[in-house]
Amino acid sequence: MKRIYVKEEVCIGCHLCEVYCQRQHSQSKDLIKAFKRELPRPLPRLRMEEKGAVSFTVRCQHCDDSPCAFACLTSAITREPESGRINVNDDRCIGCWTCVLVCPLGAIRQDTHRGMIAKCHLCQGEEMPVCVANCPNEALAYA
Amino acid sequence: MTETKKVKYLIIGNSAGGIGATEAIREVDKAGAITMVSDEPYPTYSRPLISEYLSEGHPLDRMRFRPAGFYENHNIRIKLGSKVERLDAETHTVRLDDGETIIWDRLLLATGGSPITPRVNGINLRGVFTFTTLDDAKAIEKYLKQFRNKRVKAVVIGGGLIGVSVTEALVKRGLPVTLVEMKERILNTILDEDASVIVEEKLAQFGVKVITGHSVAEVNGDTAGDDHLDSVTLDNGKRIRCELVIVAIGVSPRTGLAVDAGLKVNRGAVVDRRMATSCPDIFACGDMAEAYDFILGENRTTPVWPNAYLGGRIAGFNMADVPAEYPGGTSLNSLKYFGLAVVSAGIVTQPHNGYEILYERRDTVYRKVILKDGFLMGLVFVGDIEKSGIVFNLMKDRVNVDGFKSALVADDFGLISLPEEIWQPLLKIPPTLTTSPPTPMKKLETGISGE
Repeated sequence: MKRIYVKEEVCIGCHLCEVYCQRQHSQSKDLIKAFKRELPRPLPRLRMEEKGAVSFTVRCQHCDDSPCAFACLTSAITREPESGRINVNDDRCIGCWTCVLVCPLGAIRQDTHRGMIAKCHLCQGEEMPVCVANCPNEALAYA
Repeated sequence: MTETKKVKYLIIGNSAGGIGATEAIREVDKAGAITMVSDEPYPTYSRPLISEYLSEGHPLDRMRFRPAGFYENHNIRIKLGSKVERLDAETHTVRLDDGETIIWDRLLLATGGSPITPRVNGINLRGVFTFTTLDDAKAIEKYLKQFRNKRVKAVVIGGGLIGVSVTEALVKRGLPVTLVEMKERILNTILDEDASVIVEEKLAQFGVKVITGHSVAEVNGDTAGDDHLDSVTLDNGKRIRCELVIVAIGVSPRTGLAVDAGLKVNRGAVVDRRMATSCPDIFACGDMAEAYDFILGENRTTPVWPNAYLGGRIAGFNMADVPAEYPGGTSLNSLKYFGLAVVSAGIVTQPHNGYEILYERRDTVYRKVILKDGFLMGLVFVGDIEKSGIVFNLMKDRVNVDGFKSALVADDFGLISLPEEIWQPLLKIPPTLTTSPPTPMKKLETGISGE
């Protein structure tokens, strides 16, 4: 299946991936409003990590062994058989955070406002995930 | 009427472990006959959701652990509300309470645990409940209804996972709750002292009265004879008025069938890394099994949902003759009481010297790891838990963390705190996917300005 990979050697930590992810998950779909004004603040489904000159973003890698899906208490997290993508059913998630504890990447975000998890779904419905499409440095690959 | 059926796979139990096994079997064997037997009358449901059911009437449909049609779609014969009366390992037979006899090739015991009730006077009175099944939650619901608008006071006996969960559910329904824990602190088997205190303070904030270091000596009925409870008496003679008592002092592995069948049973039925019991055609998983713990390096019961599912899955593959090895599980808990996130795994309190403890604490944000000889043995995270999974997996993968251990509890901890050789394979494009040579630097210069 196609996944998003990082090329940290060319990532300069500009955070644009994060901003575009945030817009993608906003009500307004407006960059400035989503980033500055919307309440609750839209939650980006990725996390920028930085240390000195090294930086990269972390997001759900839709692992083959999917520990989150196996650990899920409510069957909110399932693998879509056709695409291999790990999906979250918001109707079922109760925000027990068991998946958070077993995710090797720490890639599952806690949407405390809605009381459930939020994670990368590879921008379902878009041709290219918005973080990849808007990275000015091609530091992300969708392959 | 007695019938005899013959199946390839017989699964006893219809919760996480049983479902994990049937799903694994159907991945590799579409045709072999599967029968599942459960003494509960419901299609598989998410047991932990009984708290949500009690607190906010979480709809039953959303409690389903698998969608409607699961059994049909997986070609499984399901017998609900059916008890196994006898298991014979030698003849490979099981007899059910409706007279049916099932002959099986491979059997899975995934029978879970049953709540322990203390031997005190009045424990069988009406108004005293346990809290492990949907029927328990329904019975409490029904009992509470008869009080209409009268304010019902509750006493919860036992400050473990179930006790605190049911306490939260009752508080959310507006009941005043007193929680009685025999030991010095609540959640003492899954949290360390700091984390226990943080949770206890959270409970107090929401009006829960927590009494530690005492047990309930007696449950007293109402002398007026209206079939309600009056109070409980503690071991110090103190009397607490209540109309509802929930007993949550622990759950013991349901190993009755395993014992009868002559399997090797300690606290739970002992299984190998294939999840096979001492009888090669009988497998076991979940709360009733004693499986490999990667922290202790030996078998123990770890009665948590994710281990049950995974153990069942491994059992399922092996039952279908597809070799699979249980990677091991350990104690693993994620709690969320009144919005406070708490996770723990492995060993949470230092059993003896020779362990190293690192922690950071700021108000209710708390991160602690326990190490031995450079390897993680346990973790407790409170408040800020989003990256606890990274630590958990370092522990599970038995990575020597000596060189970067202090980063594990730091505010800015992340994958980037780890050596490159750990995070790179998780995030970078695998060589198999890169068909073209690496992007030449030239191309970069057009991409971004700022030299």
